[in-house]
Amino acid sequence: MNGLNLFRIALHALSNNKTRAFLTMLGIIIGVASVITMLAIGQGSKGSIEKQISEMGSNMIMIYPGEASTGGVRLSASEMNTLKVEDYESLLTLEHLSAVSPLVSSSGQYIFGANNYPSSISGVGTEYLLIRQLKLASGEMFSEDDIRTSSKVCVIGNTIKDNLFPNGEDPIGKTIRFKKIPFQIIGVLEEKGYNSMGMDQDDIVLTPYTTVMKRILAVTHIKSLYASAITEEQTEVATAEITAALRSNHKLGFGEVDDFNIRTQQELASMISSTSQLMTTLLACVAAISLIVGGIGIMNIMYVSVTERTKEIGLRMSVGAKGIDILSQFLIESFMISITGGLIGIALGCSFALGVNKFVRWPIEIELWTILLSFAVCTFTGIFFGWYPAKKAAQLDPIDAIRYE
Amino acid sequence: MKNKIIELVDIKRNFSVGSEVVRALRGVSFTIHEGDFVTIMGTSGSGKSTLLNVLGCLDDSSSGEYYLDGVLVRNMSKNERAVLRNRKIGFVFQSYNLLAKTTAIENVELPLMYNSSICTKDRRARAIAALTRVGLADRLQHKSNQMSGGQMQRVAIARALVNDPAVILADEATGNLDTRTSFEILALLQRLHGEGKTIIFVTHNPEIAEFSNRCIVLKDGLVDSDVFNSDVRSAAEVLASLPILSDD
Repeated sequence: MNGLNLFRIALHALSNNKTRAFLTMLGIIIGVASVITMLAIGQGSKGSIEKQISEMGSNMIMIYPGEASTGGVRLSASEMNTLKVEDYESLLTLEHLSAVSPLVSSSGQYIFGANNYPSSISGVGTEYLLIRQLKLASGEMFSEDDIRTSSKVCVIGNTIKDNLFPNGEDPIGKTIRFKKIPFQIIGVLEEKGYNSMGMDQDDIVLTPYTTVMKRILAVTHIKSLYASAITEEQTEVATAEITAALRSNHKLGFGEVDDFNIRTQQELASMISSTSQLMTTLLACVAAISLIVGGIGIMNIMYVSVTERTKEIGLRMSVGAKGIDILSQFLIESFMISITGGLIGIALGCSFALGVNKFVRWPIEIELWTILLSFAVCTFTGIFFGWYPAKKAAQLDPIDAIRYE
Repeated sequence: MKNKIIELVDIKRNFSVGSEVVRALRGVSFTIHEGDFVTIMGTSGSGKSTLLNVLGCLDDSSSGEYYLDGVLVRNMSKNERAVLRNRKIGFVFQSYNLLAKTTAIENVELPLMYNSSICTKDRRARAIAALTRVGLADRLQHKSNQMSGGQMQRVAIARALVNDPAVILADEATGNLDTRTSFEILALLQRLHGEGKTIIFVTHNPEIAEFSNRCIVLKDGLVDSDVFNSDVRSAAEVLASLPILSDD
């Protein structure tokens, strides 16, 4: 008996029982579709987090004050004032850094005309835009002169603009007030949206750090420092350089602990992506279980089908079908069920994923390997779970089978 | 002398049921020649079904020799017997055993599907020829559930004919049919017999024996009588003499 005939026989048997074949397929369809959808969502969120981190600057280095003590009494983070403007200036000379900026911030209410909005003000250097990969949509960034003179100018993000200028007027040149101090808007930043941790990256106002230090906070220390290594690979060397420079500035002797902390974006990135990797794996496991349940569904139906079609099997044997012919027929049937189910599941899974992307706006990523994997798994499922019922059919005694009622 | 189609030499078949041994056939010997129409009769428990299974190569005997068309069947493997059934035997069953929801022509093609030496075109042509031979040329695409009992049995006979077997084994082939249709089937078998087919008809209905040219009666696993019938009745004539019912 040739394969083509077996294929025809199996196809015929399936088309005689369309509803049953479809219901059997349903398990596989749901299994494959959920595997594809889950992996697409998992991969998508992982990809988008990675993209956001690299957009934030994968070579970014953050320096915070820390580990400060006065006479053996440890201080809380807000009271730490170990970072000074001199530290910032010393970092400017380091050869592995492409940009450095201090950050001092304060929160309060912004007022323009009848509108007001609670936010914070960030006192930064001119290179801050470079480090955070921010771009101007209109206007310009303040200059070194503005920093020197602690001038009352600012660059605002979209959220601030939308809340203070709800009627869409051009904010450039307008003056807003923050803690009774008037600030002239000289630039508006490009929209950046929410970051992966749900923070609004457009809720931002940038002003010279000297302005915040002198006019608002009246302090001499800075809250933190941001820097960019020249390339991502040089982050480690740059970190070592910063540590050496700051230790010498702070006159820390051998054996004394650093009074500052350095965080790099790389650490953050690997932490977040390992979390989302775990999430993806969990989703895939849940989906894989539904695929196995689908496989057991196939076995169930094929098993019932063998009993129900005992007489047919007997007839086939009496007209000359060998055990292997019967085995092949039932295997091909379960194989076709799972392959068809798999194809429908792939189509459905891709549509689901695209639907999630379109209507819920979750990032998705359908990768070829997830499709190939789920297809391979459902092929395997068909053969694995079809084997036992097919074997049982092939081992039937033709005499008993033909007279089975 | 005509060819020997079936030659049984002292066929015995024992079954063990628990610790007991049931001897269904206790030494059956006979020879059937090409072109014979033989009825095998016997009461239930006489070994009729067991003999049919052995003749149909569905079962192996415990001892004795069985030659089918010159081939020694004993000690053949299951697969070899399957091939032998496919090439040398045509079965006709009491309950037709057609595939459900399947057309007449596909049912008739079934034995050829398991013979890889026959191509699709050839298979279709032979199935049409067999169906034409049983008078169903106009019912090729009818599904099994759209046909009457007599038509279904004729499809089954066409299926038995399609591989041009050495012998047709009919197992109570008229058992499920009314009188008129029974005679139609008998007349068809007689016509095929007239065309040279070897037919073995297993039944418990003694009337059938009158339409065959030989009757073997089994009793307790042995041949009780084996008589040749020189006065074969014509089923076609009986059919013609039957009163035609108004709702026919």
